[in-house]
Amino acid sequence: MKALVPVKRVIDYNVKPRVKADGSGVDLSNVKMSMNPFDEIAVEEAIRLKEAGKVEEIIAVSVGPAKAQETLRTALAMGADSAILVETDEEVEPLAVAKILKAVAAEVEPGLVILGKQAIDDDSNQTGQMLAALMDLPQGTFASKVEVDGDSVSVTREVDGGLETVKLSLPAIVTTDLRLNEPRYASLPNIMKAKKKPLETKTPADYGVDITPRLKTTNVSEPPVRQAGVKVADVDELVAKLKAMGVA
Amino acid sequence: MTMMDTGLDYPELRDSIARLCADFPGSYWRELEDRSGYPTEFVAALTEAGFLGMLVPEEYGGSGLPLRAAAVVLEEINANGCVASQSHAQMYIMGTLLRHGSDAQKAKYLPGIAAGELRLQAFGITEPTTGSDTTSLKTHAERRGDTYVVNGQKVWTSRAEHSDLMLLLARTTPLSEVKKRTEGLSVFLIDIREAQGRGLDIRPIDAMINHNATEVFFDNLEIPADSLVGEEGQGFRYILSGMNAERILVATEAVGDGRWCLKRAVEYANERVVFGKSIGSNQGVQFPLARAHVELESADLLCRKAAALFEAGEDCGSEANIAKLVASEAAFHAADIAMQTHGGFSFAREYEIERKWRETRLYQIAPISTNMVLAYVGQHVLGLGRSY
Repeated sequence: MKALVPVKRVIDYNVKPRVKADGSGVDLSNVKMSMNPFDEIAVEEAIRLKEAGKVEEIIAVSVGPAKAQETLRTALAMGADSAILVETDEEVEPLAVAKILKAVAAEVEPGLVILGKQAIDDDSNQTGQMLAALMDLPQGTFASKVEVDGDSVSVTREVDGGLETVKLSLPAIVTTDLRLNEPRYASLPNIMKAKKKPLETKTPADYGVDITPRLKTTNVSEPPVRQAGVKVADVDELVAKLKAMGVA
Repeated sequence: MTMMDTGLDYPELRDSIARLCADFPGSYWRELEDRSGYPTEFVAALTEAGFLGMLVPEEYGGSGLPLRAAAVVLEEINANGCVASQSHAQMYIMGTLLRHGSDAQKAKYLPGIAAGELRLQAFGITEPTTGSDTTSLKTHAERRGDTYVVNGQKVWTSRAEHSDLMLLLARTTPLSEVKKRTEGLSVFLIDIREAQGRGLDIRPIDAMINHNATEVFFDNLEIPADSLVGEEGQGFRYILSGMNAERILVATEAVGDGRWCLKRAVEYANERVVFGKSIGSNQGVQFPLARAHVELESADLLCRKAAALFEAGEDCGSEANIAKLVASEAAFHAADIAMQTHGGFSFAREYEIERKWRETRLYQIAPISTNMVLAYVGQHVLGLGRSY
């Protein structure tokens, strides 16, 4: 079966984001961008499934600006077989991404769509679930373990109380959590090979998807600066302070 | 017009190196230094990922990438807090063999070097009494039938204990018998594994930084005559051709060290609050950091220019030298200001600042000292009189 792996280009997790002076969003000029870490885990999982003989072909897809090609090349260098860029400079909300992915999936016909549970830029945590609903497919979200067996997949999920395992019939949608695996880095020969792998460029219009935003961001602001704590000499003073603050 | 990328070039290489380096934190390098150890695991990871063979042509199993790509890899290794100098030579020493070796030598050694199975990362040039005046070196090799017999001593030969092969520059015709001082020197490729205990002795030097430097002694070491690289007596020319590549790579590597130091200093300056505000908002702290950035940007551009000329096959002697000088000073200034910014904490080894400070000092001395660069610029670029 084929695995479709959607990846998003986001601000690098090591970069401290800075909010634009007008509060319209995060300043992305001259900032290092990388593949969303959860998507990297998804790519890694797809590669492991391929190495285990459960998946034959991995197609990476990204919705975003031309520069997202770099992100797709990273996926190809890790081990994806081909890539599709749905190019747009507009801001694309999870629902629009899910609609585009549905259209891509209709062409690719994957047995498994595996993607990050959320992107670290907007933390929406919606795309996978919306895609499952739009495609009317079973979903296994926040996966910490994925086991494909015949025409089903067992997904161990990280839930509040512990771990929950669900068995889904394929095709299915899986979203990855942090502990699913540790993604590999691309070796130089694979980086070289990735340059020759097919990367197709499309537009949202090619798939007939209207990406007009349905939400309006009114303001983005920095989190409040953390205030210095209070030092106490002993437990008695601590308890007294907590009482005074009304928390004990 | 030579094309030069001014953006963050080779982003895919930078990403991969950053990931690789994340597995080797400061504690790894600190512990190595405690025991003067060699970063075997780090070098193995670089080798496995194919980076150390990246300059070897594809026909010999390497990736055949441009010099700039290798420079970027070395820059990123240092910019991510790791240490490039203990493995960089495996990338470029083979250049002498590639350009001047026989087909048989290339076929015999390059595939192993590309795969990392064969380590060629020691180069014996400097001697206790011979530094920048290379042509005065005393180590000599005498032809006897099917062999050469080598006698002499080298010093500051890095990584000789961690290399299978070694390039050696030795005199084959006495200085008194040559017309020009630059003649009569030859390059040999020595198999350290076979030579050790048979006239080759390697002793580590306890040094300020952990570059695995050694002294190498040759006492009637017999090596096969086919160890000679290229023609006898032409060795100095062969060495010179590799030096520009080395300077460009080391200069870019220095930029990486400077970037790491500056990044750490800026983080600290933003976090550290004294008298109610971050120390970085004081101009006395901020301006030296800004200046360090300016210097690193200048060095970066010079490195790119030198690499672009090198790739285009043009003469890049002055550009490689200038890049090395500017980068060596930019890196040390960044390290020094990182130390000043961190104040007392810079002396705590776990901050890694003092280690980088010691390591970045070297660039002004090796692989060529600042004065030798200035002498080159004065004489060859400005047309002033020769001072040496």
